[in-house]
Formats: sequence, C-alpha cells, structure tokens
Amino acid sequence: MAIDKTGIAKRIAQEVKDASYVNLGIGIPTLVANYIPKDRDVVLQSENGLLGMGPFPYEGEEDADLINAGKQTITTLPGSAFFDSAMSFGMIRAQKVDLTILGAMEVSENGDIANWKVPGKLVKGMGGAMDLVASAKNIIVAMQHCDKAGNSKLLSRCSLPLTGVRCVKKIVTDLAVLEVRDGAFHLLERAPGVSVEEIVSKTAGKLVVPAEVPEMNIT
Amino acid sequence: MPFNKVVLNAKEACSDINDGATLLLGGFGLCGIPENCISELVKKGIKNLTCISNNAGVDDFGLGLLLYKKQIKKMISSYVGENEEFERQMLSGELEVELIPQGTLATRCLASGYGMPAVFTPAGVGTEVASGKEVRNFNGKNYLMEYAFDADFAIVKAWKGDPMGNLVFRATSRNFNPLMAMAGKITIAEVENLVPLGELNPDEIHTPGIYVHRIFQGKHFEKRIEQRTVRTR
Repeated sequence: MAIDKTGIAKRIAQEVKDASYVNLGIGIPTLVANYIPKDRDVVLQSENGLLGMGPFPYEGEEDADLINAGKQTITTLPGSAFFDSAMSFGMIRAQKVDLTILGAMEVSENGDIANWKVPGKLVKGMGGAMDLVASAKNIIVAMQHCDKAGNSKLLSRCSLPLTGVRCVKKIVTDLAVLEVRDGAFHLLERAPGVSVEEIVSKTAGKLVVPAEVPEMNIT
Repeated sequence: MPFNKVVLNAKEACSDINDGATLLLGGFGLCGIPENCISELVKKGIKNLTCISNNAGVDDFGLGLLLYKKQIKKMISSYVGENEEFERQMLSGELEVELIPQGTLATRCLASGYGMPAVFTPAGVGTEVASGKEVRNFNGKNYLMEYAFDADFAIVKAWKGDPMGNLVFRATSRNFNPLMAMAGKITIAEVENLVPLGELNPDEIHTPGIYVHRIFQGKHFEKRIEQRTVRTR
C-alpha cells in the first residue's frame, strides 16, 4: 500500500544526519521536522532569515515578526540566530546548509526538477527554490509518485519549466525511495506492500531495478 | 541638526513619489512590510509603479491594496502565490511580472548598496530565468550575471530607529528590509519606535543611518499574520 504524506516525511527524516543544517521546503518537507530521531542534533534553516527554527508557538504567543518561509508563526530555540535575506542565501550559496528537502511537480532521470510554474495556469513563483537547488550539496525531493490524473512525475525529461538542472540526488514518494545518478532513477526501496511492478509501471523515466528491493522501514 | 532625517508621517515621506516610480519595498509575506507608506501610496493614487518586493501581499493587505487599485504596472518578485487578484492581472496581461529567485532578489539589493554593478549566482542556470543573461564559468560551474537594482525609492519598515536614520530590525521582520534600505536612491524608513539620538547601541545597529534619508514614527501597525499556526499545550 502506498504511504501517506506522514509516511514520506518519516522516511525522509531517517536521511537527516546528526549535527547538520537542514532547509525544509513548504508542504511535506515541513512535516519532516516532526520525525527527526531524537538523538540527532539538527538545526533548521528558514530562508526568510532564521537558523534554529523551533516548533509552532502556544496559542496566544504568536509573534507577527517571527515566521518561517511558509509564513507560518514559529518560535526560536536556544542558539537561534536571525539574519537578512542576502546572508540567508549567502549561506545557502556557500554550501553551509547540508541538506535541502523540497517538493516537486516533476523530476527527470538526470536530476532536473520543476516545481514553480505551470504555464498559463499556475504561476506562484520560485521563491528560494532556484537558489537552493542550484547550490545545495544534497537535495532530497518529497512528492507523490504520480499527479492527480495518474501521470508519472518521474520523467525522462521534465515537461514544465525547470527550477534547476542535474541537482536532485534522492526522491521519496508514496511508493518508493529512489536515487538519481548516471542518468537514471535507481530503485532503492518500495513502500510496504507495493510491488516492484507497480513502481515500474508508474515511472516514466529510465528506472534501474536491482534483484532485491527491500521495503521501507517506517515506524 | 543637519542629520535630522525625521519627517512627520508617511504623507511627508512619500510626497515626491510620483507616477512611474520604481520602488523597492521591504518585507517577506506580510512580515515587516511598510504598512504606513503602502496606505499612503494607495491614498495618493499614483500609477504605473514598478514595485520590487519579494511578495505581492494578499488580496486585501500589503501590496495587494495597490494591485487592487491597479496602481502597479510591473511587479518584480520571487513568490506571489497568496494573491488571487495578482494572478488574475498577470494571466490577463494587465500586470507585467518578472519572477526572479529570492536569493537573486536579495543579492541584487546588496550589490546596489555595496556599490557593485553586478553579481554572479548559480540560481536559475539552465532555466528560463537565464534567458538573455550572460553566463560565466568559474571553477567548472556556470553562473548568471545579475545586475544591481536601480530604484528611485526604497521603502522599509524597522522596529527601532533614531533621528539619524540608524535602524534596528526585529526577528524575521528583518528579511529584505536592511538590503533594500541600502539600495534606494532615496530610502524611507517607517519605524515602530522612533527613539532619541544616543539611545541605540552602536554595536546593535543593523542599518547605519547613512543609507536612510527619511524616517518617521509609524502609526497603527496592524502586523497581520498570514498563517497563524499554534501547538496545543
């Protein structure tokens, strides 16, 4: 059975290393913060100007001056630091941020990503996504394997305007964990109860399937 | 006192902003936006503005108010997802829109304030953002050349300021404000607390007053929250 958004977030949380600086995008990536193992010390970067993002405030303690990149009210933690937007993207460009987790509309087999525009329909803008994907050391994409119409989002070439080229390293979907390298998706794990055949049928780009594909371990 | 930059209010601060001006406006979402000056620009009814701001407000607040009155000719932003009127004007062609990466937006302000004509950034390489831009390769990686902004006015919001124009920002309302403050030919700062000279600790000033031309005590800050998220006790 396909896993839900929480399952995707839980699986990605396992990829977050101890003593790392991590930027979480809007949507499923934001949920990852809730499932990072307690023994791992992680500092979350919010690109609007905060290192050390804490949980949502208690009701009545919301501060209009203290929000995350998704414009949600948040809190600081001991050791937090504020800075302006140039420094924020400076530390991203200079690869001080270890891991970027973001959503996508499409990913191609060579690691291109599209997530900011559907021509003529939906134009939200790229926000910080283009800066993040152009500079990040490690990028993990969190997304559904197929769009709402059932079309694969893992393609040979992206059909939508690109956010960045040859940058995605890993993808966690509701069906699978895949690595992107050497111009192909490499199947690493499958969601509990999901068959390799289903993943093959729902992956439009080049997919390399090893002899054994273990199930994701999500607890 | 020749360095007294205090003006009475938003009306006086914005008195010489006219039709066709290019404005840098601070804020991220609705956080740290110059509410008083935006209201004044709406009241003035000036038109054909080019507004450079990370976002375009929401339908009934922030830059959304200027959009609603069709005072903006062109918007340069990185993310405009929360504004239906914006989307409608853009898709219908009424509003000219240039979407640029957030870090590029910030750094083009920084370049302007640092006296550098252009900067190189990898953001947008291989995408439609790169269209028409010079690409340079440094150490095996491609970068786009992006020009410093050239804006008539920068309008920012600070937490505290003094009569010499020194500014201090609070929490994440800092965002683009100190960068845009550096980048305007004329910089206007509206502050929550205009304090007497000498009250700000020189070690803690984010924007030195040399970048600021006019400062005033703002009134009735609404400081609207876009996404109120809380946890249970």
